[in-house]
Amino acid sequence: MSNPATHTHNVKKDDSMLRQKNMLSEYYRRVSFAHEEGKKVVYSFVPGNLTELFLTFDLVPVYPEINALQNGMRKVSARYIQTAEKIGHSEDVCTYVKCDIGMLLEGNKGPTGERIPEPDLLFLSYTGCFTFLKWFENLACHYGAPVALLHTPYQGDGTITQNMRDYMVRQLRDEIIPQLESISGKKFDEERLRSMLRLSAQAEEDLVAVLQSARLRPSPIDAYFGGVYYIGPIFTAFRGTQECVDYYAELRREIEERAAHGLGPVTPDGEMAEERYRLVVEGPPNWTSFRDFWKMFYDEGAVIVASTYTKVGGVYDTGFRHNPDDPLGTLADYCMGCYTNLNLPSRVNLLQRYIDEYQADGFLVNSIKSCNSFAAGELLMLRELEKRTGKPGGFIESDLVDPRYFSAANIKTRLESYLQMIEQKRKGKVH
Amino acid sequence: MSLQDSTGQLEEIIGYCESLYEDVDLQCVQRWKAAQPGRRALGFMPVYVARELIYAGGVLPVGLMGGGDQVEIIKGDAYYQSYICHIPRSTIEMALSQRLDCLDGLLCPSVCDVIRNFSGMWKLLFPDRLCRYVDLPQNFNPSIGGAYYRREMDLLMADLEALTGRRPTDEGVNRSIELYDRNRTLVEQLYRLRSDQPWLVPTIESYLLLRAGNVVPVEEHNQLLEGYLELAPRRTFRVMDNIRVLLVGSFCEQPPLGLIRTLEKAGCYIVDDDFVLVSRWLTRGIGAGADPVQRVCNAYLNASTFHSSKYEGNQPKRDLLLQRVAQVKADGVVFCAPSFCDPALLDQPIYMSTLDNGGIAYTAFKYAENTGQFQNIREQLGTFSDSIKLWSVQAAKEMH
Repeated sequence: MSNPATHTHNVKKDDSMLRQKNMLSEYYRRVSFAHEEGKKVVYSFVPGNLTELFLTFDLVPVYPEINALQNGMRKVSARYIQTAEKIGHSEDVCTYVKCDIGMLLEGNKGPTGERIPEPDLLFLSYTGCFTFLKWFENLACHYGAPVALLHTPYQGDGTITQNMRDYMVRQLRDEIIPQLESISGKKFDEERLRSMLRLSAQAEEDLVAVLQSARLRPSPIDAYFGGVYYIGPIFTAFRGTQECVDYYAELRREIEERAAHGLGPVTPDGEMAEERYRLVVEGPPNWTSFRDFWKMFYDEGAVIVASTYTKVGGVYDTGFRHNPDDPLGTLADYCMGCYTNLNLPSRVNLLQRYIDEYQADGFLVNSIKSCNSFAAGELLMLRELEKRTGKPGGFIESDLVDPRYFSAANIKTRLESYLQMIEQKRKGKVH
Repeated sequence: MSLQDSTGQLEEIIGYCESLYEDVDLQCVQRWKAAQPGRRALGFMPVYVARELIYAGGVLPVGLMGGGDQVEIIKGDAYYQSYICHIPRSTIEMALSQRLDCLDGLLCPSVCDVIRNFSGMWKLLFPDRLCRYVDLPQNFNPSIGGAYYRREMDLLMADLEALTGRRPTDEGVNRSIELYDRNRTLVEQLYRLRSDQPWLVPTIESYLLLRAGNVVPVEEHNQLLEGYLELAPRRTFRVMDNIRVLLVGSFCEQPPLGLIRTLEKAGCYIVDDDFVLVSRWLTRGIGAGADPVQRVCNAYLNASTFHSSKYEGNQPKRDLLLQRVAQVKADGVVFCAPSFCDPALLDQPIYMSTLDNGGIAYTAFKYAENTGQFQNIREQLGTFSDSIKLWSVQAAKEMH
């Protein structure tokens, strides 16, 4: 059934891609030389990251999840995972954790090959993932670094209550900010934070425009495989900076231009020529075979028009923007609103909305073996969505950064069968 | 009372507890509810909820710990991938097969992402039944985490009022606190007896006693414990040449009874464990008094035990594990965790390196609640036990 649907000539990187590449190179240089340059380093997580707050104190943020996924893409995660397993980490648990700990044990060489400095603070943004708590308890043992915990209450009833918000703001005001002051040696500058939050909101506006461009036919973007590049700067060390604003403004211009010319997404093999299937995807991607995984989709003309993974570092397309007028309250709202902090009914509602608004032919779950936060409950979500939308749901399984759990043949077969099911449904043969 | 009489009574107590353990249809809860119109029952998942408040509202707190090896999974596997632990699939199975219909609601405390998401699954599957995710604070500062928790407990009180039509009074909460404080004392006595004279209290018996506390009213559970504690010391069991071990990791999904029996048959006295931890979560009594709801909240903040689902803060759990090993004079530690249990398994490397540094022996294996083969575990533990007996420093001294 495979029928390449891309134009492989003229594979050219967009200006925004080159800009992002330069931003990341410079970021990793800053990280590597942080201590030499007298800067303090704070490790944190993507969901519930408080980048603006760290930057207010001139701290250099490091995201172990990002290092892990980059190591997965660079094909070194398998070795790191095995190194961690040798010291007692179970084969059953999160492979990001094991990849990170293996990297630490092997000298902490980051994705650029340069050494990542030890943390001066482990900022435990306990948002939407229980494993974060255990991850940093493990790192605290290895590094002996202090930990600042921000407990983000889960939206168990699908709402943010005043009590939850008060709890977050009190933690930020009475414990987190004093700890950041102590580590950085700088007084908290609320005005500086406000100005960064203003920049965050600007970038968020452009990001949402980019993501929502996928409502068009054909979609000018792939909102999952391409989407993970689009979210890079705003989910990591750049939110709240002018660089971030400039990147998203440029990206938006490029995407709007593509849309104006009726062009499809850019893939690693070039421009996608024909959009045959519009899909919504739930769950993170596999990183160790990222390109092969993506190729399975674009070879079939399948475009991902919306995904939930691109909301783990913030759900902006339902209206949230950082609000400079309420700096601590907005940070609280941001953390509590991240995708993995939503309860299952809210996740189903969001997916249903995507399926409807983006006129998807179906939805697919990429269930991650070692990520319970995403995976537990996905089979019920699948059924519920099929029931509500009448659209066919597909289910594939892989892992984040453990290549042992990526079976290309298996996934390809399942994907092809799933797309055939969509075809049959279109022809009215399946009810 | 003759020895024969007391033996018979002990067998009766344990037999009754075993029948409660096997009662996966929760007939005992149905009977309790039927005995008085208007009675309600509220299920809760591991590890900790404030049972004092639930019971004060005239509601029976019912601890759910999965279906063990007694519930055949027919529908449950369709809800969970193979790489998710077993307890949620057997609990879903029980719910879908109407075994949990006697429960008027469900509380899911914050133990891990699987149980957290289970609360959402329950909401999708049973939209008309009460389900609350209890996000226990990880911040233990009274003015921050404490203030948050108090308001969450006020919400729970409102839930209870909605269930029963009346708000629990301070007097009722105080009465409930006294009953559970008594329960804690008795459970601690049981564990002390087991630690001091483990041959008198087989782990299987103490385990069944604790499990009974999940499904019967606290008054009845106290009676069972009192009866057992009075009779067990009269036993004349032979002291075995077993090592003393601390068992860690079985706080949520429970091992099958066969596995617990195997552990002791393999030459280990389990002198401490974390089974059914709700009954030992608070390390001291709450005490009745003014504003009893606040007293329950304060107890969570100040007297919670160390645990994998609780942020360790400035009390590293590795130090607390070492303290526990010393307190119960354990020769070694057995890590006995369910497969795919993130909290337990992610703690193990921390604990292992601590034990390595302290020269304390340990071994580790995993199980599922419906594990049926124990021979390999028996051999592993037997070897562990033998190695400690033969090669420990103490054994070496004795040889010389």
